Amino acid sequence: MHIEIDIDTDVCIGAGQCALAAPGVFTQDDDGYSMLLPGSENGVADPMVRQAARSCPVSAITVRDTAG
Amino acid sequence: MTELTDITGSADLPGPVAFPQDRTCPYHPPTGYEPLRDGRPLSRVTLYDGREVWLVTAQTTARALLSDPRLSTDRRHSGFPVPTPRFEAGRDRRIALLGMDDPEHHRQRRMLIPSFTVKRAAALRPWIQRIVDGLLDAMTEQGPPADLVSAFALPVPSMVICGLLGVPYADHEFFEEQSRRLLRGPTAADAQEARDRLEEYLDGLIEAKAKEAGPGDGILDDLVHHRLRDGELERADLVSLALILLVAGHETTANMISLGTYTLLQHPGRLAELRADPALLPAVVEELLRMLSIAEGLQRVALADIEIAGATIRAGEGVLFATSVINRDTAVYDGPDGVDFHRPDRHHVAFGFGIHQCLGQNLARAELEIALGALFTRLPGLRLAAPAEDIPFKPGDTIQGMLELPVTW
Repeated sequence: MHIEIDIDTDVCIGAGQCALAAPGVFTQDDDGYSMLLPGSENGVADPMVRQAARSCPVSAITVRDTAG
Repeated sequence: MTELTDITGSADLPGPVAFPQDRTCPYHPPTGYEPLRDGRPLSRVTLYDGREVWLVTAQTTARALLSDPRLSTDRRHSGFPVPTPRFEAGRDRRIALLGMDDPEHHRQRRMLIPSFTVKRAAALRPWIQRIVDGLLDAMTEQGPPADLVSAFALPVPSMVICGLLGVPYADHEFFEEQSRRLLRGPTAADAQEARDRLEEYLDGLIEAKAKEAGPGDGILDDLVHHRLRDGELERADLVSLALILLVAGHETTANMISLGTYTLLQHPGRLAELRADPALLPAVVEELLRMLSIAEGLQRVALADIEIAGATIRAGEGVLFATSVINRDTAVYDGPDGVDFHRPDRHHVAFGFGIHQCLGQNLARAELEIALGALFTRLPGLRLAAPAEDIPFKPGDTIQGMLELPVTW
């Protein structure tokens, strides 16, 4: 199972909950906004990715299953 | 007959629960909130002035409402729920960040988030460790015994936030006293006077920083020399922002350290588990945040009618969030009244939720892990120096925590 992760940076408030929950996938850029670590845009489903999405206080993260 | 039944029926129903109430045990919700823990997602409660408002007690409902833009934090709104007379202080003023809705709120928050990221908090750890170690050195040189609140729990976050903001720690007795009056003063007038004195102090500090040729390395220095100078931030808003960062930065974490220590000392089995495996520290901090829910009664006002969980919140009605009850929602947590370091992540709302979720939460986690870790490592014999039930804690209408914490080791 592969997943596709989308971050809405217009909505992000830089709480850092994603980087805390799934530090192997998310980080915060210099402005504090959520960003994906290089190579994790289309990653193998890490169970923590869904935790990270659910942790986000403003629902800025969308996780979609993709074929393959 | 029908009438009689109705009368009899309503006589059995308790009236709306009063909110807020004092805790009976400092780490449990007030026993008077038990009627609210019956699975209803929200209820009507009565404030000190007799006004009825909504109180949210279920996690799903709380998460939905705290991220709903139809709920406002602007306390100038006439329907804004004021849970204690003290909160009337400064209600007519524009409060930075936490008293603002988007888009103004987002504009201010984005100026601050680079200073409070997970990475930044991690980079500050060695410095926080030095502060913690220094305070424990001083405490152990002078004791035992000690009052853990004044010797450790308060100075740790106070020194940290001073260093981060660029506020001289030498002034700590002044601003800690004004914070105390602002959050726990006897009257609205007293709280207002404390707010005025803090604003005057911070305005002077900002004035002094603006006159310096180059910025110091504090967050306030950066805001003065960039955002204020560039016209992105008005002077009054900067003063309000500085006040919130300073007060929120030390009061909350200080209460978590004191009440967290008390709670662990009252759960010796769990404390032994932590001592045996220090890698549990992050989970210990998360569980204490959930259990203690020190920021009780988050406040909002509805700007439009909201249908939720079978109820209709009308425009203009007040909505409060009982974090201590929400964080013990039996639909989410097994045995919610017990301390358990092995819970799966259940997304407590101790830091709030939605756009106003605590800006300093990553810093707070770092401070709590370092402070509690060092305290229990360095003082293996740490114990209360007075009967647990005699140690005073804060009343229900303010941030929860210990008033003092006599300890020995």
